[in-house]
Amino acid sequence: MRFGIVVFPGSNCDHDAWYATTHNADSEAIMLWHKDTSIPKGTDCIILPGGFSYGDYLRCGAIARVSPIMAAVTQHAKRGGYVLGICNGFQILTESGLLPGALLRNTSLNFICKDVFLRTENSVSPFTNSLEQGQILRVPIAHGEGNYFADEDTLNMLEQQGRVAFKYCDVNGNTHLESNPNGSARNIAGILNEQGNVLGMMPHPERCCDIQIGNADGLAVFQSLISAAELLI
Amino acid sequence: MKHFKASITVSLRKSILDVQGKTVEHALHSTNFPMIKNTRIGKHVELEIDAENAEKAHALLSDACKTIIANPIMEDYHIELHEMEA
Repeated sequence: MRFGIVVFPGSNCDHDAWYATTHNADSEAIMLWHKDTSIPKGTDCIILPGGFSYGDYLRCGAIARVSPIMAAVTQHAKRGGYVLGICNGFQILTESGLLPGALLRNTSLNFICKDVFLRTENSVSPFTNSLEQGQILRVPIAHGEGNYFADEDTLNMLEQQGRVAFKYCDVNGNTHLESNPNGSARNIAGILNEQGNVLGMMPHPERCCDIQIGNADGLAVFQSLISAAELLI
Repeated sequence: MKHFKASITVSLRKSILDVQGKTVEHALHSTNFPMIKNTRIGKHVELEIDAENAEKAHALLSDACKTIIANPIMEDYHIELHEMEA
């Protein structure tokens, strides 16, 4: 299993993603520069990491999505390759149209940096197959624009097609206003594309993969990907 | 070719709650401006463009707005064109 981690100017979770995939998930990972125009053969999953690509100028992810590497990332996704967008990576995926909807300012207008609870809504995707349906994870968020928005038709379609991967919940798995940190529609924390090979999520699984820092709940996402890739071989 | 100066206003779509606008309005209400309503916060972009005529310039900019300058999922845009002397 080989991960390719894209480094944009302003990415700041790229090394965390590298550490989580290589040290915690025991896989291979290569760094890809935003000016690269192709993805090396044998790369199974592209990670668009968190950060503030291009200083969040214009809108979060708006400039990154027209950077040279994104054409190759789009091709990789169209071929069925895995793409995981975390935080700013999720924003880049919605800006590029690989995922529907958009991420607005948090309703509180605050940058929120804390642990939240997530309920697994889809346990069969390549990103979540090692989780149980309804399993609760504790994963940190760190964003100012994570308020997921889409029109009602799109939200209904996402739910009907099982494309909501995670929802914000409380410690018991209840999804309500109090457990929604940023105002996201229907407490949505992460969504899949139609084919299920692209996941965007605001919480940071790569920041909680090592038990030595007190929480390894995020490791399940990377382990799921490794299992999914093995099935393909 | 004609030369145009354009002034583009990008704002959140009316159907989307503008939390920043609400917060600013709240601040206005608590500082002697209770009469102010419907505050919306957006972005202002100024640029110059060469095109055959105003219609073509508008079409090009509309395309640019849909592609990069605005995100049509969450934002509306308004373009104002001013022809410059050659």
